[in-house]
Amino acid sequence: MASTGSTDGKNPDPTGSGRRWPLWEVFVRARRGLSHVHAGSLHAPDAEMALRNARDLYTRRGEGVSLWVVRSSDIEASTPDERDSFFDPAADKIYRHPTFYDVPEGVEHL
Amino acid sequence: MYGNDFGGDQHTRHEPDRPHDDRAFTALLAGEGRVEPRDDMPEGYRKTLVRQIAQHAHSEIIGMQPEGNWISRAPSLRRKAILMAKVQDEAGHGLYLYAAAETLGVDRADLVDQLHSGRQKYSSIFNYPTLTWADVGAIGWLVDGAAITNQVPLCRCSYGPYARAMVRVCKEESFHQRQGFEILYTLSHGTPSQKAMAQDAVNRYWWPSLMMFGPPDDDSPNSAQSMAWGIKRFSNDELRQRFVDMTVPQAQALGLTLPDPDLRWNDERGGYDYGEIDFTELFEVIRGNGPCNTERMAHKRAAHQAGAWARDAAEAYAEKHARRTESVA
Amino acid sequence: MTSAKTLLLDYTLGLADDALVSAQRMGWWISRAPELEEDVALANIGLDQLGQARSLLTYAGQLEGVGRTEDDLAYLRDERDFRNVKLVERPMTDFGVAMARLLVFATYQLHLYRGLSVSSDDTLSGVAAKAVKEVAYHVDHAAHWVLRLGDGTEESHARMQAALDAEWPYVDELFAPLDPSLAGHVADPAALREDVLTDVRRVVTEATLSMPEVSPALGGGREGLHTEHLGYLLAELQHLHRSHPGATW
Repeated sequence: MASTGSTDGKNPDPTGSGRRWPLWEVFVRARRGLSHVHAGSLHAPDAEMALRNARDLYTRRGEGVSLWVVRSSDIEASTPDERDSFFDPAADKIYRHPTFYDVPEGVEHL
Repeated sequence: MYGNDFGGDQHTRHEPDRPHDDRAFTALLAGEGRVEPRDDMPEGYRKTLVRQIAQHAHSEIIGMQPEGNWISRAPSLRRKAILMAKVQDEAGHGLYLYAAAETLGVDRADLVDQLHSGRQKYSSIFNYPTLTWADVGAIGWLVDGAAITNQVPLCRCSYGPYARAMVRVCKEESFHQRQGFEILYTLSHGTPSQKAMAQDAVNRYWWPSLMMFGPPDDDSPNSAQSMAWGIKRFSNDELRQRFVDMTVPQAQALGLTLPDPDLRWNDERGGYDYGEIDFTELFEVIRGNGPCNTERMAHKRAAHQAGAWARDAAEAYAEKHARRTESVA
Repeated sequence: MTSAKTLLLDYTLGLADDALVSAQRMGWWISRAPELEEDVALANIGLDQLGQARSLLTYAGQLEGVGRTEDDLAYLRDERDFRNVKLVERPMTDFGVAMARLLVFATYQLHLYRGLSVSSDDTLSGVAAKAVKEVAYHVDHAAHWVLRLGDGTEESHARMQAALDAEWPYVDELFAPLDPSLAGHVADPAALREDVLTDVRRVVTEATLSMPEVSPALGGGREGLHTEHLGYLLAELQHLHRSHPGATW
């Protein structure tokens, strides 16, 4: 076990503990029919406590009906460096959008 | 709320070897675009934000103490419930802000260490004592009022996570200022001794509240850069004026006076003139010589140290059970 | 006032004062918890308890029928008139003690409120039905912490066991039997003993702790015979209100 909390006053680390709870990202479903949306992050020692902390921190005013928590370090994200190669190629595929197509006058429900 | 990017350990660490493209950054700001966590940004911008967001978070957390001082003594159960909820909100707001700071690649624990060791500051207003119940009202009305005046423009701050945290904080804080006003209104329409208590609190909190906006513009070295970066939208003096103009009529509605003989409407400027602020006091308080600096820090450090065994236990338990789960699988 | 009504009033005050005194102790923790997230959690729990106290005190005032409000009852009664158990009035400035007490007390409240939620007394059953959900969460929160403190480090194990041992003499008083004339009308605490202790034992055992074997302290809280701690708690809670007789806040 690493150091416990007892500091002798000379410890340069005033937290009294060199250990840290990991960071978790919190996703809240505001109401049924909606997706979970990222709400923020918090620290917790494990997933069970992270869920509970999320409940107390992010749904104090009835903001949610369901919660997800994910270890921040488990999230893989695209980097800004990849932005051009990831997202720009999608910009010119205008035929993916319905407005690309001409519809003869009078044709409905299309 | 911090949307679309994450403050994970390895992902958002600042990468100093990546070349910084100042033109792209300037163009982004010029187009009122939002900077997001993993974007390329000038080191100065990042450092300024880390410092500002951390100190904002520290202020919320230390700010729990002066009002927390009255939870046990609140004069009615309704007031006790409101105050508990409000002080709890401050803890929540501190957490939202720490989370925003963590998107910039710093650890909350490090920021808290810097608070504990005095390397990072918090708002000097929380170094004033809450001597009477009316002080709880004065903090809600004046201190939260000043904070909201500061925070509303921050909802449009160029750094996305900070702006989003501020949106949430401002939404939740709308009740804080009202409950403070309500406390003072009730006191000033109560018994003579209640009214005297309210007036005394306003007398003591008025000038420190004005100081919350920081030094005057011509003595505020970092402001211009923060404005250019879109972190700050209005100058200290502009925000202070806005607060004074908003507060004077409210004081009249309360039936209380503000302790400034020079306070009067200036028709030409379309705002209230006010007396000179004694900034030497502000600097003394920042330097650590305010009435409660020592107590606030001692309280915070003591709580953190007293809780170390519980934090360690939770972490040890998590490790043990992660191992057990693995060995079962 | 009929005698059954007096008994119901005392019973209601007992529940109300348990919740009020617990909330007062819980309020101390806001800004002193081991981590900021826990400040928020304990504040939620304290707010739930305070809410229960307010509803119950208001009802007690109605039962009494002389026009006393929640604040009159909270602020203007003396120690001897308070009906809470001693468990909740003792100092609670150690996190282990806080979690040990919350585990026992919230588990007790959970079973009690469950019983009350089907009571023939509409007001009590209404208050209880709402409170059941709140205290179920308190039990969950306390249990999660007791597990972590008990089965955490060597130090935390010792401290958690010591906390449990210190609370235990005051557990027995929770199960003081109901006056027979209220039987069938409201939940009987004496009948909850097995259920409560079984639930607590499950958590304690899983936390690698042992159920304390200590003899119960003398009860008396429900008759207004308290520890010396309650006087100080009330002095703090009541002083401002009492300093301005008749004032509105």
